[in-house]
Amino acid sequence: MTAVAVKYPELQKLGVAVLAMSTDSHFTHKVWQEQELSKMVDGGVPFPLLSDSGGRIGRAYGVYDAEAGVDVRGRFIIDPEGIVQAMEVLTPPVGRNVMELLRQVQAFQHVAATGEATPSGWQPGRPTLSPGPDLVGKVWEVWKTDNAF
Amino acid sequence: MPEAKDGCVSPAKGPIVPEREQAESQVEPSRGEEENMGVQVGKPAPDFEASAFVDGGFKNITLSEYRGQWVVLCFYPGDFTFV
Repeated sequence: MTAVAVKYPELQKLGVAVLAMSTDSHFTHKVWQEQELSKMVDGGVPFPLLSDSGGRIGRAYGVYDAEAGVDVRGRFIIDPEGIVQAMEVLTPPVGRNVMELLRQVQAFQHVAATGEATPSGWQPGRPTLSPGPDLVGKVWEVWKTDNAF
Repeated sequence: MPEAKDGCVSPAKGPIVPEREQAESQVEPSRGEEENMGVQVGKPAPDFEASAFVDGGFKNITLSEYRGQWVVLCFYPGDFTFV
């Protein structure tokens, strides 16, 4: 959460709202923010911490672990029309990569704005693909695997 | 976004199920809750209302109030955990 907080200005520049959610109560969120998060990030995390009491919302998103009674790490990119464009779900011990989140948001926004497709590993400024009959069998001419890294 | 208010918030609704689906599940009581679970890319994100801590105060937040904006929704296992 604090890694996302550090990159929050970049997400804000992209017009992205961040909502963080766990099965903890909003009261617990307050204490966590005051006792710990604010010591890791100046001012604490700048986005809302939501309470999914009983895991009911996590169940709707398929991320609720009923045995543990918690929501596992699930990250959803939702577009301005309310459509899920991407999701990433991890078991608890492994954290996420906020740089990959930023990359995906930039890619989805680029696709939404241009209608182009962004190939593997795309970063802003790298070549894109314009899918169509002319491209079939010709991707090798316009895109090299080096572009993915 | 409405301004955060101090004090406790009223209980949040949790998942907001469209009326039609609710009616269907009443007609078919045998249909398990689990069958509707999970989301798919390219499909609408389930709406919800949740109580939140934001800007030093408490308030209820719905997903639908963010319509028109890109949203990153992050679930995590719990406060005071280590990753």
